[in-house]
Amino acid sequence: MNIKPKQLSKDPLNLIITGVGGQGNVIIALIVGNALVRKGYLVTIGETYGLSQRGGPVMSHLRISADSQYSPFIPDGHAHIILGMEPVETLRMLSQYGNPDVITIFNPRPIYSIDVTSGSATYPKIEQARESIKSLSSKTWIVNATEEAQKMGNPIFANMILIGALLQTGVLPLDRESVETAIQEMFPKEVETNLAALNKGMELVAS
Amino acid sequence: MATIDIDAPGTSQLFIGNEAIARGALEAGVGFAAAYPGTPSSEILNSMASVARNMDIYAEWSINEKVAMEAAAGASFAGIRAMASMKQNGINVVSDFLSNLVMTGIGPAGLLLISCDDPSAISSTNEQDTRHIAKWLDIPLVEPGTFQEAKDMTKWLFELAEQLGTLCMLRSVTRIAHARGNVNLGELPRKQKKAYFDQCHDARNPFPTRYMPISSPIRHTFLHLKLARAKEQFESSPFNYYLGPEQPDLLIITCGSSWLYSQDAVKALKLEDKVGILKLGTLWPLPEKFIEKHLSKSHKILFVEEIDPFLEQSIMEFAASLPSTAPRPIFLGKRSNHIPAQGELNPDLVMKAITSILGVSYEARDAEYSKKAAELASTSVPTRSWTFCAGCPHRATFWSIKNATKLDGRNGVVTGDIGCYSMALGAAGFYQLRTVHCMGAGAGIASGLGKLAQFGFNQPVIAVVGDSTFYHATIPALINGIFNKSNYILVILDNSATAMTGFQPHPGTGVTAIGEQTQPISMEALCRSLGARVEICDPFDLKSTTNTLLNMMAEGGGAKVAIMRRECELVRGKKAKAPYKVHIDSEKCVGQACGCDRVCTRMFLCPGLIWDKEAGKSKIDEVVCNGCGFCADICPQGAIVKEAA
Repeated sequence: MNIKPKQLSKDPLNLIITGVGGQGNVIIALIVGNALVRKGYLVTIGETYGLSQRGGPVMSHLRISADSQYSPFIPDGHAHIILGMEPVETLRMLSQYGNPDVITIFNPRPIYSIDVTSGSATYPKIEQARESIKSLSSKTWIVNATEEAQKMGNPIFANMILIGALLQTGVLPLDRESVETAIQEMFPKEVETNLAALNKGMELVAS
Repeated sequence: MATIDIDAPGTSQLFIGNEAIARGALEAGVGFAAAYPGTPSSEILNSMASVARNMDIYAEWSINEKVAMEAAAGASFAGIRAMASMKQNGINVVSDFLSNLVMTGIGPAGLLLISCDDPSAISSTNEQDTRHIAKWLDIPLVEPGTFQEAKDMTKWLFELAEQLGTLCMLRSVTRIAHARGNVNLGELPRKQKKAYFDQCHDARNPFPTRYMPISSPIRHTFLHLKLARAKEQFESSPFNYYLGPEQPDLLIITCGSSWLYSQDAVKALKLEDKVGILKLGTLWPLPEKFIEKHLSKSHKILFVEEIDPFLEQSIMEFAASLPSTAPRPIFLGKRSNHIPAQGELNPDLVMKAITSILGVSYEARDAEYSKKAAELASTSVPTRSWTFCAGCPHRATFWSIKNATKLDGRNGVVTGDIGCYSMALGAAGFYQLRTVHCMGAGAGIASGLGKLAQFGFNQPVIAVVGDSTFYHATIPALINGIFNKSNYILVILDNSATAMTGFQPHPGTGVTAIGEQTQPISMEALCRSLGARVEICDPFDLKSTTNTLLNMMAEGGGAKVAIMRRECELVRGKKAKAPYKVHIDSEKCVGQACGCDRVCTRMFLCPGLIWDKEAGKSKIDEVVCNGCGFCADICPQGAIVKEAA
């Protein structure tokens, strides 16, 4: 049966997960969303996908509430947490949905767009992107998710590392157990590697 | 993650709207589901097919939407609850059948039409509002405003269709279909009925059970009577309700995802005591008495809906029929430019409308912060255009088409179609496509262009179509080209999947929606049987593909076919490791000085190839590169090196 969730200090709690098509953005939203439903929350997830596997910007909006089903769009300027898989996509979200209180967790590894590669657009210097993100956030965690995932043998684990980081910051009403269950349900055949990546992400924030 | 057949009544699951619709159908005891893939509708059948065996139902990917609806009607005629689901474009494909089906009525078992519209045309070529067809067809229409309603409405709609003996329609939009939310589950029935086409007189139907649209004016009258009965039920439907103060300053009338946006907007503005929301779930026929009761609540009424002013016009028309003594509110919405008449809505757009009508102020965030954010966005956030995936065979095909038409020298014209390859309108496919319309239109247009020689036309014509689109709607245009001796080349991009919508199987793949092996329908055998010259190319064999296309352009004569055969990289990548490890030989790479103005990173534009500004050399992004190795063939310096992985 459905359990009664703990009241949230901000209701709805608005989380944005962003990145580039192919990075595994939707998986993060699903795991976090399922873990929250397990805790009794009403969760709405809005995603831009369709063409998103083809290198476009991707975002998932999560609206988390103890008492109401919200729309799949966070109003402009109303994000509480932004989890970015890519720096300029993080900045893109901050520019539209950020506010002086927003908390940002991001992976600093750039994915260049074809516009940048061809020279029709300019990618900022990575230090500049970091500073811009910091200047628009009340608190920032930089998580070298891609780098750590490559060490584990596949850059795709970056998304699981970022879930670990998100969990460890304590910004969501989640515990490890509910996230672990959601991962087990989604990847029953690859539980071990995914949990190792989750641990890695938690360690990166804890240290 | 729970699948839609989870047997856990009373629990709350996180389902996308499409899964909720599918779950509702399962709870209603649906037996037969058919569809053609199309964003944002595909997951309805995806999810039903994945549980078909466990639930003892039948699910199929049909060749197109018309056949899907016809097949589902067949099941209804034989007493099995059935449904067909599609995106908005599919409604056009099926409309000929529908306009006759409503005349004959459905079988003894409920039959549903599910249409998922795409406001803002996020994954579409148009943003057609399919609600209009319900009016045109005289059928009941509902639209869920939450994920829970998507399930509950679908379940109930089967009952209604059976009570009335008419087709019923559920319309959804992208932000319900593809968004995810809580759904409380009900019981799953397990027993399927026996299918039997009863050829005796049916008491519910004044005509013997022959589904023939004869005496149509009489049947049309019966259809109107059915609609009147639907209206009666809608008057007390729990899917229509009012939320707000007894006498609001502003009354919003809304439906679908716009209900969620309206609710968000009123809450964000903290105007719950001033703005009321009348949420409608049953849209056609209008529950007129229910609406009339609320029209007098406020002197200002705002319609919030996607995409066309369907409720706005229907309710204004109804209001005009009320006695002159009735209160006359001011109607606001798309007509008054308070709500955009195109594109999808969101909470911000609704807030904008409310604040402008009520003259209240609203600031989304600190002004200083907004200024800084806008500045940083303009200087530090580069555009990110869509492109084909790293390793996509389509990029290679369009590279060959570009080269071949250039070498031919007669300004060849390339017509396009619906699929990932539509992106060849832009930089991803070197701007090769000149037309994109509906499924199969590229070949039809080519068929016309190919007949213009008598008017002095001598440009080669190439129609590019995907494999699934070929089966769906291109075969008649190919036959037309052969029959009428039209001079064009049909290029079929055969990547063995309906890639754009999530890799659904099609008649050429040899496997059905529920995973059964079936006789693959060979596109080359089919085309050859029509008498067409057919060539099969590997798009990764750049030289041979270019030469084949050049040769076919030079040949002239009637329609011919070039099949570009290589598996979708996303499908291949799931099954096997990358074939090559690719790197740049920085000594050979001459950067911008190569004379071709860096062909790899300015023109070819695979996202796996990036430009190292500081070094002035190209570089492989090992996180993005899929190791297909094709780019090794495009570098004039031989600086891109592939080694077997």
